[in-house]
Amino acid sequence: MQTAFDEMNAAGPTGGLTRAHYESYARWLADQPESLMRERREQAELIFRRVGITFAVYGDKDSGEGTERLIPFDLIPRVIPAAEWTSMQAGLAQRVTALNRFIHDVYHDQEILKAGIVPADEILNNAQFRKEMMGVDVPGGVYSHIAGVDIVRAGHADGSGHYYVLEDNLRVPSGVSYMLENRKMMMRLFPELFVNHRIAPVAHYPDLLLDTLRSVAPSGVADPTVVVLTPGMYNSAYFEHAFLAQQMGVELVEGQDLFVDGGFVYMRTTRGPKRVDVIYRRLDDDFLDPKVFRADSQLGCAGLVDAYKAGKVTLSNAIGTGIADDKSIYPYVPKMIEFYLGEKPILQNVPTYVCREKDDLAYTLAHLPELVVKEVHGAGGYGMLVGPAATKAEIEAFRAQLVANPSNYIAQPTLSLSTCPTFVESGIAPRHIDLRPFVLSGSSVRMVPGGLTRVALKEGSLVVNSSQGGGTKDTWVLED
Amino acid sequence: MLSRTADHLFWLSRYIERAENTARMLDIAYQTSLQPQSVEESEQTWRSLVSISELNGLFGAKYSAINARNVMEFMVADESNLSSIFNCLRAARENARAVRGALTTEVWETMNQTWLEFRRLLREGALARDPSQLFEWVKYRSHLSRGVTVGTMLQDEAFHFIRIGSFLERADNTARLLDVKFYRQEQAQGEPEAAAHDAARDFYYWSAVLRSVSGFEIYRKVYSNVIQPEKVAELLILRPDMPRSLSHCVTRMQANLKRVANPQSGETLRRVGRLEAELAFGRIDEILADGLHPFLDGFLAEVADLGVRISKDFLA
Repeated sequence: MQTAFDEMNAAGPTGGLTRAHYESYARWLADQPESLMRERREQAELIFRRVGITFAVYGDKDSGEGTERLIPFDLIPRVIPAAEWTSMQAGLAQRVTALNRFIHDVYHDQEILKAGIVPADEILNNAQFRKEMMGVDVPGGVYSHIAGVDIVRAGHADGSGHYYVLEDNLRVPSGVSYMLENRKMMMRLFPELFVNHRIAPVAHYPDLLLDTLRSVAPSGVADPTVVVLTPGMYNSAYFEHAFLAQQMGVELVEGQDLFVDGGFVYMRTTRGPKRVDVIYRRLDDDFLDPKVFRADSQLGCAGLVDAYKAGKVTLSNAIGTGIADDKSIYPYVPKMIEFYLGEKPILQNVPTYVCREKDDLAYTLAHLPELVVKEVHGAGGYGMLVGPAATKAEIEAFRAQLVANPSNYIAQPTLSLSTCPTFVESGIAPRHIDLRPFVLSGSSVRMVPGGLTRVALKEGSLVVNSSQGGGTKDTWVLED
Repeated sequence: MLSRTADHLFWLSRYIERAENTARMLDIAYQTSLQPQSVEESEQTWRSLVSISELNGLFGAKYSAINARNVMEFMVADESNLSSIFNCLRAARENARAVRGALTTEVWETMNQTWLEFRRLLREGALARDPSQLFEWVKYRSHLSRGVTVGTMLQDEAFHFIRIGSFLERADNTARLLDVKFYRQEQAQGEPEAAAHDAARDFYYWSAVLRSVSGFEIYRKVYSNVIQPEKVAELLILRPDMPRSLSHCVTRMQANLKRVANPQSGETLRRVGRLEAELAFGRIDEILADGLHPFLDGFLAEVADLGVRISKDFLA
């Protein structure tokens, strides 16, 4: 699992032997003068800024452009051949289906705990377990309507590359707007590429999303009113919230626009109150309802949870999905798939050492310089140790944290994430990438081909998060 | 639509309109200052600009002298002046960003780009280099905002609230412009009629007022006559076909308010209707006989009242 794998070049990141699905693109790329690529990159940046495809930087409320950053966009696409996508798609549908079954089970009969497959205390003592959801039935039994599954590819000794699921994001995964805008940008900058390649379209995502949201409306509502709930314009993902609301043609609401009356949820409009049936909320559980969760939250709506539990409104995603994407639960997902679906997992997990287990902890402590150690509740690349990239002092500091609270951590071998040629300052160079497909679950499970490819722009870096210097690429699934 | 959305749209268009009107007034003052005039006259010109916006206090606290450079700096780029073009364009863009989903992509991009470009122009010293060109730019960005709004937006509630904001702000601005000019003259010379003794000066004076509302050529076309203060007043108050006149603004406001009417808004509609009738059936000789200043004062109060009522009926 330690061999470098390059998406484009079979002979390694720097040396030729273009893979078949990249051949025609590589020929085109070789013909483009560097000056033209630079020009296109500047053009892209200008357009992104004008369109306002920015993310706000945490904690900063100045309204000038200085605190709204662009996520760097790379011009060279990540290409996935049709056959790989077909199998990945089946794996994603299988995985998300099992995860939804798991969440339903956790909040109902807890059969998987009774069967001893997932330790009961991992669930019942988990900060992500929402006891308020016990016995609550949600439409169709679906909890995570929008899931973002992070996938990486690692090279094997035989030169092949295998996909692994790095983590499941079942709460409020973001990034889909970049997937859509990146494609739009590529079509604008390089229309000729789209003539010469059969690239599977992604622009219908908002349509699928709206259809999914409508399909999980409370029963008996014939023409449901869907809204997107945002924490507001200072949230880092505000652009995406506004974008999706606009693309679906639904209202973008803030907590202050909503109120509960007679058990139903309404929004304040210029023509008086209007009932809301489905809320695509881009807000964590904790902030949804000051009467149930954080009392100091001004972002939610008092009484929302009661209305939800009574089935008068659908929250999307459901409350309590975090129990299934917690890093402490991740190691059990393959077993869930077998337990609920009776199938072998199509997509593999990264081998994971669960530090709450004695043997795993001992192994982890003995191999810190080779491992990636993550906080089980961390997100966004914070609170993790990347062994091979860390100094001795950093490793020792982390060792102390780990020994003090082992159950807070899991460890994984350092994956040699695949690289993809990337147009950086010095020219075209290999950079590590991952992939986040977005899986929609309503009356059926659907997705658009591909997803968001994130790229670690710093040479050698494995951290693709936009908060830490990551960029994005357009993702092509090539049709046969 | 959401009340909060309507509120943002209403203010978005008010701020753009205000930026445009400020640029118009500044440009005329600047052009006037290029004509030969005494120090007192020049100071008077710039002072009246600050008083139009009721900003004498804030200005006095920050600047020691009333002159072209200070007033332009204050009204264009000063971040502490909430009515400066800088703050208007920022507020317009912030309001647009808060409801970008309710705008077409073109409208949002226009607002966003106006703000980004304006900051760049200021950074590059455009105000010092060529004030007129900067004012012209602001005016054209406002034209563009309006054009892209009318040309791309569905004519639904969102559109009507944008239009209501524009016309309310414009009515207010035109009335203030007239009020300051006439008030100054009434004070200086007792009665407006007595103003005729210096024909040349009068010409420049009133033609500046007309130019600031793009009304000079319109005046000639409508009256085919020399520039006379009472005709200028008639054009800017009563002509329904003059796009920046009080009559036109109120008529458009009324039409757009009718389209969004709700159960609470009856009284607001009655008041805007009464104001509309007053202008439709008003005569300039009567208005002048009763005094222009009291008339405009009353008008400004009515407009302010409409603003409050619109907020209460629709936006809260």
